Amino acid sequence: MSSGHAPTSTRQFQNVAVVGHHAAGGRREAAGPLGGNLDQVWEDDLAGEATWEAAEAKMAVHVLGGAAEGGGWQLADVDVVLGGDLLDQLVSTNFAGRQHRRPTLGVFSACATFAEAVGLAGVWCELGSARVLAGAWSHHLAVERQFRFPIEFGYQRSPTASWTATAAGALAITQGAGPVRLRAFTVGRVVDPGSTDPMDMGTAMAPAAWDSLQRHLEAVGETWSAYDRVFTGDLGMVGSAILCDLAHDGHFGRVHDDCGRSLYRPDQDVHNGGSGTGCVAAVVASHVLPHLEDGRWHRVLVAATGALFSPTSYQQGESIPAVAHVIELEAGR
Amino acid sequence: MPSEKDADYLALAARHRPPAPTWSNAVRAFAIGGAICMVGQLVTDFFIAHGNSPGQAASPTAVVMVGLGALFTGLGLYDRVVKCGGMGGSLPISGFSNAMVAPAMEYRREGWVLGVGAKLFAVAGPVLAYGLGAAFVVGLARLLVGS
Repeated sequence: MSSGHAPTSTRQFQNVAVVGHHAAGGRREAAGPLGGNLDQVWEDDLAGEATWEAAEAKMAVHVLGGAAEGGGWQLADVDVVLGGDLLDQLVSTNFAGRQHRRPTLGVFSACATFAEAVGLAGVWCELGSARVLAGAWSHHLAVERQFRFPIEFGYQRSPTASWTATAAGALAITQGAGPVRLRAFTVGRVVDPGSTDPMDMGTAMAPAAWDSLQRHLEAVGETWSAYDRVFTGDLGMVGSAILCDLAHDGHFGRVHDDCGRSLYRPDQDVHNGGSGTGCVAAVVASHVLPHLEDGRWHRVLVAATGALFSPTSYQQGESIPAVAHVIELEAGR
Repeated sequence: MPSEKDADYLALAARHRPPAPTWSNAVRAFAIGGAICMVGQLVTDFFIAHGNSPGQAASPTAVVMVGLGALFTGLGLYDRVVKCGGMGGSLPISGFSNAMVAPAMEYRREGWVLGVGAKLFAVAGPVLAYGLGAAFVVGLARLLVGS
């Protein structure tokens, strides 16, 4: 019955570079281990705006501008902006487009959005000369009120709950050479292990991460020893432990790290660690790329994970499906 | 309809889940809830000392405790009380006040009608609906059984 077509969701790039990056975070993120690496810290939750949603859009505009500048570009020279957030109808991404005025494509894979945007930017740039900005952003308070409770309502968070980061990151991606090369992109499958607890996304997302990582490895014909680090998105403490258990591979355990775990110290009262579309984006822009640029790391995988649920879906008793998209980054010459 | 494979996975995942700190939560709920009740008792005593019967003192006490809950919510402190004390902070009437005032503050930006008006009961609504429902059933039972 086979048609002879061997399906693959991996694209390998020969000629795509990351030439600029910019990361921003709020006060709590600035107090975390990567605080010193952030290009910009937003001390004020409202960032001078009237609403948290507007503050998130402002953060998006600033990191996009910063990434363009990092690549030595004028914002006006950018061909396309790819980005996404967690708010309904991607308002902050599209409202940011209203300000920066560059052609904009909003993308969504929950907290895997950043890898989706960067991967698509790779596909775009591999096809021809282009200057593309790819990024993701999230604001803790804007997301909290949409997914959970009003901010001043008191409740106890479960020990497995993640903390949605107030963070943003954007990359300037182009065809050609640069300090860091974007080598490959694997689109993830939607995996649903049947978890129903929205306060435990690590459990919901770990199988998706493992599925995509294995498929990526197979597609590019590598082993874990080829990589200095394999970052997952926001699996946090619980999800990372589950993933390493699933992998059952000592070498994977040694190279694995997690963006949600990297953004905060354990004593910052974030329970399972960071999450949110901006978490992976800020960690890649402030931590992973500098390591590749100065040669401390040579080759890194980032498997951003997203829990694809909505308040409506889990209230209706649906389990939580998840997806992980993988991007592969390599130090340039 | 979780498959056997999913059940195996969820069992594996459960082994990595940190346990909820049930005992320390219970102790803190006892302390915070007890402290709030002590404040309530002091307020009641104040009204009794000013010429009210214990029955008469109940209503103004509830008003003061609701007011204090609203004040501490507005100051951004009551969510910390509940974070620490759990049900010890949620269950007293000051916690009910928090559940009403927090949405009122939150949805002010969406306007008085579709924001505050429509979403005021977003958190406390179920308590009111089922509380009133239960009161109706119990009242009816008492009427039928006879007192």
